[in-house]
Amino acid sequence: MAKRVVIVGGGAAGMQTALELKSRGIEPVIVERDIELGGKARGWHKLFPSFTPAGDIMRPLADRIRAERIRCFYGQEVTAISSDGVMLRSGERMPADAVVIATGFTLFDAHRKQEYGYGLYDNVITSVDLERMMNSGKVLLADGSEPRRIAILHCVGSRDEKVCQKHCSKVCCITGVKQAIELKEMFPTADVFNFYMDIRMFGPGYEELYREAQQRYNVHFVRGRISEAAETINKRIQIKAEDTLTGRPLKMTVDMLVLLVGMSANYENEALASTAGLSLAPNGYFKANDSFLGVVRSEREGIFFAGAATAPKSLADTLAEAALTASMVDEYLKNRYNEK
Amino acid sequence: MRNLNFGYGISRPRAIDMDNNDLRKSNAIIHEMPELQACIGCGSCTASCTAGGITDFNFRKLHTAVRRGEYRGAYEELNKCMLCGKCRLVCPRGINTRAMVMLIKRKLGDY
Amino acid sequence: MRRTSWQEYQKDIASDKYYYARSCIRQNFFPGSERAFLNILGRDLGIDIFDDPLHTSCTGIGYHSDVVPLETIMTVVARQFSLMAEAGYENFISSCITSFGIYNEVLATWKEFPETEERTRKYLKEATGRDLVKPRSIAHTSDIIFHHREAIARKAKHRLVNSHTGEPLRVVEHIGCHYAKIFPKSGIGGSEFPYVLAGMIETWGGDVVDYPERRHCCGFGFRNYLVQANRGSSVANSHKKLESMAPYKPDFIVANCPGCAMFLDKWQYAIAEMEGMTYGADGRGIPVLTYEEMAGLVLGYDPWELGMQMHQVDVEPLLDKLGVEYSPEAKYLGANGKYIGKPADVAVNCFDRRRIYEIKR
Repeated sequence: MAKRVVIVGGGAAGMQTALELKSRGIEPVIVERDIELGGKARGWHKLFPSFTPAGDIMRPLADRIRAERIRCFYGQEVTAISSDGVMLRSGERMPADAVVIATGFTLFDAHRKQEYGYGLYDNVITSVDLERMMNSGKVLLADGSEPRRIAILHCVGSRDEKVCQKHCSKVCCITGVKQAIELKEMFPTADVFNFYMDIRMFGPGYEELYREAQQRYNVHFVRGRISEAAETINKRIQIKAEDTLTGRPLKMTVDMLVLLVGMSANYENEALASTAGLSLAPNGYFKANDSFLGVVRSEREGIFFAGAATAPKSLADTLAEAALTASMVDEYLKNRYNEK
Repeated sequence: MRNLNFGYGISRPRAIDMDNNDLRKSNAIIHEMPELQACIGCGSCTASCTAGGITDFNFRKLHTAVRRGEYRGAYEELNKCMLCGKCRLVCPRGINTRAMVMLIKRKLGDY
Repeated sequence: MRRTSWQEYQKDIASDKYYYARSCIRQNFFPGSERAFLNILGRDLGIDIFDDPLHTSCTGIGYHSDVVPLETIMTVVARQFSLMAEAGYENFISSCITSFGIYNEVLATWKEFPETEERTRKYLKEATGRDLVKPRSIAHTSDIIFHHREAIARKAKHRLVNSHTGEPLRVVEHIGCHYAKIFPKSGIGGSEFPYVLAGMIETWGGDVVDYPERRHCCGFGFRNYLVQANRGSSVANSHKKLESMAPYKPDFIVANCPGCAMFLDKWQYAIAEMEGMTYGADGRGIPVLTYEEMAGLVLGYDPWELGMQMHQVDVEPLLDKLGVEYSPEAKYLGANGKYIGKPADVAVNCFDRRRIYEIKR
């Protein structure tokens, strides 16, 4: 009989892991908290650095899950994890031969950076809001007009000890560059200013895209973090930053301020980890067994990780890692059961 | 009318004012040589600068300020450049910094 | 404005039995305000509040100007607390933002570095023979007015509306840096969107103006003002705020902090004389009130009893808008009915634009 693996989370990591396990003759079961598959990538407009529509990646994954008749439980929250199964909020126990934690991340709540006035000022939006606007085909100010001057702020809820987010969320820099280019394509005469602390272009094609944004699209990059945003009488946004490359404070008014929100560890990680006997990294993400050969293995036999449960990751990295997770799970099950 | 001497005046704001700065010259410079926007602020130009070694000339800072519409004194400052071209050799983004010095001077001649 | 975040920043404020610690500068600049506070609480609301003649300045201005050492100010603060305990009170309220910041800072320092508390206990004992007793609660006096704002509204004679048009008055609130920028949790509403004054304004019928430089410092800055050579930077900050709020045509400014109320008022005079610029709607300055004065007007107090003749910017246009009755002749009569003298006309109160232009030239 096929061995059964419970995958906690039906986002990109969970789906990819499930498909890879299935192809290895293992029976995956996805437990998803939401009412459908897809996770955070659902509703995303286009992906960096290639501007591939997110749906082109996510839809086929979900279609294949259905085609492969992989069992999915929706609206179910996992409250406890062990190597031989998970406990659901309903009190039901779901036995398994191994468990994969693919619980991903939580978007940083921009309200917490009160100084930017998100939720108070109509024309202060997050990078996620912007993706949704682009998906709807309309990026407009609250009064329905087109923005002529836009500021994009990097590191909102990343590298910020004031909100207990010490880590770099990794994907925001390239997202900021991607969104700046998309905005320039939509509004060629608009001025787009990216305010950054460091530009971290770690992936293939990222640095090239950054350069293109600078030179071809004339996106202005200002090294300095916006310290506060305030609404003006005509609903524009006044921002203050230091232009650290000239060593002087800088003040400007923009039509729209986009906050590149970071990736936070899930609040539930702590409780889940304690039921499983796992530990968390200082930033609240699950701690991988080691940083090189055991990146998808946990400290407990039979419990594995996939995707952003262990650290902020791009979709590409998540998908690649999920295949590794499936391979590690397969190896574990073979060693444990078949060789007896 | 009284002539009051308070012994002090209202200090001028130091902030770069991107709302009131005239960005037309800056836009013209960027339009003519868009590669200037590709600067990543590494400071290699200033580090290797012949003039910067003996005066406070700082090309990185100067062209950044010019891009923000801060033109005052830029022309005079650029007179310190010896046009040796070392900055162009070291620029990791391949910006023709030497030509940039000439371009900014040409555009800001009347400032 | 959809300001709900203030609800996340609440602190326990005692409802009765307050030990009152005065400000050292308000007596001079807004001499009626502290009296009004004691009357509003003691007389109008029937609350037990003790104004202790034994207490002193907290020495905060000296501390922030580097002339009073930390050990000294801690011992002074410890003495105030001991006086409170001796008088049988445990809710300490301070009439000054600087002091409020000092009290919070000293308590936090004692908590973080217990050895400093031990040293202070020793110094207090040696110097005064007293024992340190820490208060159960610390609040600023504006917190207290905020706490009782509904009770005040129920007794209101005037609301913060234009009595001619029925429109809410547009009010700029200024909180003062040391209210919540040092310890955001110690202020109602935190540091970015403080609600302490906004809550009073809204409860009493006014509209709060949120202008871009709302959070900016008034520029007092202690050393920045106390040294004449630095005053240009002090006035520049008030200037920046006034420039930013002017388009909203505020009817008045209400300030939380003694220094801010003074500087936002008096710098308007300096700016008008230096640059010929006034920021009110009709060539006059924008009146600056303390929250006690605002509460007093709402409760129907006489503006001259509130000490409003001591303002640099004339308050009469505001009184007219509010529909407050006052006697123009009584403005410059002191508490004993004696004439206290009338100041010369100045640009900030001048209705005649030509005069302003003349000065500017």
